[in-house]
Amino acid sequence: MATTQDQTYHEEGTLTHDMHEEEHHHGNFITTYIFSTDHKMISKQYLLTGIIWAFIGGLLSILFRLQLGFPEMDMTFLKPLLGKWITDTGTLDPNFYLALVTMHGTIMVFFVLTAGLSGTFSNFLIPLQIGARDMASPFLNMLSYWFFFLASVIMFASLFLESGPAAGGWVIYPPLSALPQAIPGSESGMTFWLVSMALFIASQLMAGINYITTVINMRTLGMSFSRLPLTIWALFLTAVIGLLSFPVLFAAALLLIFDRSFGTSFYLSEIYINGEALPNIGGSPILFQHLFWFLGHPEVYIVLLPALGITSEIIATNSRKPIFGYRAMVGSLLGITILSFVVWAHHMFVSGLNPFLGSIFMFLTLIIAVPSAVKVFNYLTTLWKGNIVFTPAMLFSIGLVSVFISGGITGIFLGNSAIDIQLHDTYFVVAHFHLVMGSASFFGLMAGVYHWFPKMFGRMMDKQLGYIHFWATFIGVYAVFFPMHYIGIDGFPRRYYSFSTFDSFNTFADLNMYISIAAIITFTAQAIFAFNFFYSMFRGRLAPANPWKSNTLEWTTPRHPGHGNWPGEIPSVYRWPYDYSKPHAKDDFIPQHIPFSETPESNLPHENNLIGIEQEGEETSKVDEPNAK
Amino acid sequence: MTGLIVGIGVILVVVILFTIFRILRLINIARGSDKKQASSGNKANAYLMLGFLIVSAILLTWYSVDEFETYTVPVASIHGVEVDRIFWITMIVTGVVFVVTQILLFYFSYHYRYREDRKALYYPDNSRLEVVWTIIPAIVLSLLVFSGWKVWTDITAAAPEDAEEIEILGYQFAWTARYPGKDDQLGNFDYRLIDAENQWGMDFTDRSSFDDFSPLEIHIPKGKPVLFKIRARDVLHSVYIPEFRLKQDAVPGMPTRFWFVATKSTAEMREETGDPDFNYHIYCTEVCGRGHFSMRVRLVVDELEDYMAWKAEQQPWLQANPDYLAKVPHDLKEVAVISAGLDQLENNQAEKEN
Repeated sequence: MATTQDQTYHEEGTLTHDMHEEEHHHGNFITTYIFSTDHKMISKQYLLTGIIWAFIGGLLSILFRLQLGFPEMDMTFLKPLLGKWITDTGTLDPNFYLALVTMHGTIMVFFVLTAGLSGTFSNFLIPLQIGARDMASPFLNMLSYWFFFLASVIMFASLFLESGPAAGGWVIYPPLSALPQAIPGSESGMTFWLVSMALFIASQLMAGINYITTVINMRTLGMSFSRLPLTIWALFLTAVIGLLSFPVLFAAALLLIFDRSFGTSFYLSEIYINGEALPNIGGSPILFQHLFWFLGHPEVYIVLLPALGITSEIIATNSRKPIFGYRAMVGSLLGITILSFVVWAHHMFVSGLNPFLGSIFMFLTLIIAVPSAVKVFNYLTTLWKGNIVFTPAMLFSIGLVSVFISGGITGIFLGNSAIDIQLHDTYFVVAHFHLVMGSASFFGLMAGVYHWFPKMFGRMMDKQLGYIHFWATFIGVYAVFFPMHYIGIDGFPRRYYSFSTFDSFNTFADLNMYISIAAIITFTAQAIFAFNFFYSMFRGRLAPANPWKSNTLEWTTPRHPGHGNWPGEIPSVYRWPYDYSKPHAKDDFIPQHIPFSETPESNLPHENNLIGIEQEGEETSKVDEPNAK
Repeated sequence: MTGLIVGIGVILVVVILFTIFRILRLINIARGSDKKQASSGNKANAYLMLGFLIVSAILLTWYSVDEFETYTVPVASIHGVEVDRIFWITMIVTGVVFVVTQILLFYFSYHYRYREDRKALYYPDNSRLEVVWTIIPAIVLSLLVFSGWKVWTDITAAAPEDAEEIEILGYQFAWTARYPGKDDQLGNFDYRLIDAENQWGMDFTDRSSFDDFSPLEIHIPKGKPVLFKIRARDVLHSVYIPEFRLKQDAVPGMPTRFWFVATKSTAEMREETGDPDFNYHIYCTEVCGRGHFSMRVRLVVDELEDYMAWKAEQQPWLQANPDYLAKVPHDLKEVAVISAGLDQLENNQAEKEN
């Protein structure tokens, strides 16, 4: 029943679509593909930029993994690429090593996992899943992408500066980042970094305001907050976090610009460098750390929440089961959102912070582990007694849960200030955040791309290649990051150019080599994805209307949704998005736009009561508790 | 030439892979398997899930047990033992959660793989279950936090009165130490007084500075509290001694501190690790520039009496750099000469000349 209806809807859809085409397709190449105000095109622009950045960021990590895994290696063959950063003896310049680490972090955190992930899916999914024609402000949306693009250009340009790009670590702690005499990366490289980030923050704020406004104001008839797909909840809360925390990074960056260029002393005090005592007195480097991590920690959740939202949706769809504990899932997202603002100083336990403050932040930090644990248990219960279809998106979602557990658990060590004394700034931290934030978010990004590719481009990606890509990546990230725990427990500090100069740190030469090889293989395997992505865009199998038999609204649009998404009226919503395998239903899914009056056989008692009033639209959302027993 | 051959080889491989991909795709289309909800690939993935679980469990166990000695650092301080204790308690507690959740994840994925004849269970929520698994982690975490907090407050409590005060100064790219000398008082400092010789910016208008000394190698006593007063001169650094479970950032403009009691002398550690060349070092763990990775200094832990003897032998800095007497105010000059032992030096020289 549900499917037949779905199909009829689509046939009608195509009919009206044809009529609409004359109205809407008057854009030329520039307005359609470049300065587009259509949320779907903007999302593809974000995605494409994100993918390009991911390959650049990955390549940088391969370069420094070569140095760490093969410290004796002759790198002369890289001279055509890196020029003077390869010394005459064929070794990598230590300053450039630090620049590589810094740029890898910056690019991955901000440009790939923030812009590439939430930029892509907020833009794509918010209007389509809540039933809106576009964003609240399409122009602001376009502006947001182009600010990001400008930020990208400046950051990319900084890679080619004579003095090299920023090199003080992605956290750019002053005084190192403030004093050009301390490291060459703090010359124009840091200026470029700061300007680029300022533009990036502006871009994120414009985007965030838009996402929030759209979700609050533009939901279709019947789409109450309690019927929102978890993707939208996650993207909505991500935007809230970004809006509240990014301005603080802007302030931090601005003060750093003042310190660097206008002689102020916000972060500088009592410094003697290169035979010279600087006049700055009274500033505090700790102030910068507070400001930075006030964004920096919520940032972790900015990259993670969209991934969690995406996987919630995909795991439910492909387990053919409702997500377990919808309200608990929303509750834990809310809990994470609020707590993410009060845990930042756990990055600073040994920074010289007052130990009492350290205690407070230790307690707050470990509270945030509770909602994360609840999410994991709910994922597991969703899989339990499901009927699991392993699409590539589903594989990446399961992979996400696995790396989220592995990386989340080590957070309990690091959040404990006493244990953190030993583990702080060692490879244990590197392992922790690459699993819980890097890999988990990356897996969310990949899951999202595989899942919504048919809606984005109207074609299917190749499933077999997706499988190969998943297993190579999944085994790869564990092979790369898991051994780093051991190296970290042994006390190896991070951001070290070389360990071979120390006897005591030379124990893991073989393990480091193995990690580097694994990293190179994993990185190379991403070419499979790139091929699949671009090939399928043009040559992939034509996508059916609802390839994953999913409940959410985006699958009610035509194969190529035009400007305005739905050719006719926007469908109304009558139920929550997780009616999978409902007892007595004819099919194993009932999309959100099917009224209860059409599914008398599967309705729960309280749903039958809604039949009379549900046509009145908005009313129903107030009386309806979609998942109440 | 080799470049060309490699290039052609790579192109060939890519072409071959592409052809295989095309053929497999056509076969799939001919079979119609791409139209089914779950193709044979579904089963393969389910088995791979199980395989991954088993293989990685074996690798994890093998490496963790077999290489235990390699990846653990011997502990040599009193608070370090406590840190290690809660580290391993946390490891056991979270380890159990890790193992159970991963097994469930992969086992469910394997066991509940798609079957056409089955329908998934419609099971949207269970409040009691959710309350239970919110409260249990909350309790467990509270216990972990609480034990951590106790250790943390002990570590960060004020140092005992009798602690040996040593100033550790970090700069690009080395560590140096300053000891208070016979008066057990470190002299004042001012960063504007720093120059090529006076690296600490010792203030010679303060009489406590006169007998301060700076050795080439840092010595500390075993079994006696030691208080590190930590400073940085240029950028952030971080004092890190893995065996003591000691880490504290060095911040320009804001002195920090860390106190501890070493429990094993260098000689004892050499015996314990079986490495005759073992030495303690202070490393840097806050990125500080080009030489960050090589910023370290050797640290020797002596038995208390050896330490005292060593300390008594050390020459005050002012004694080695008598030019700086010029910076001492007139009324303190005599005190300075005596404190720095310059008078004895002169006497000795006079005796020699005689």
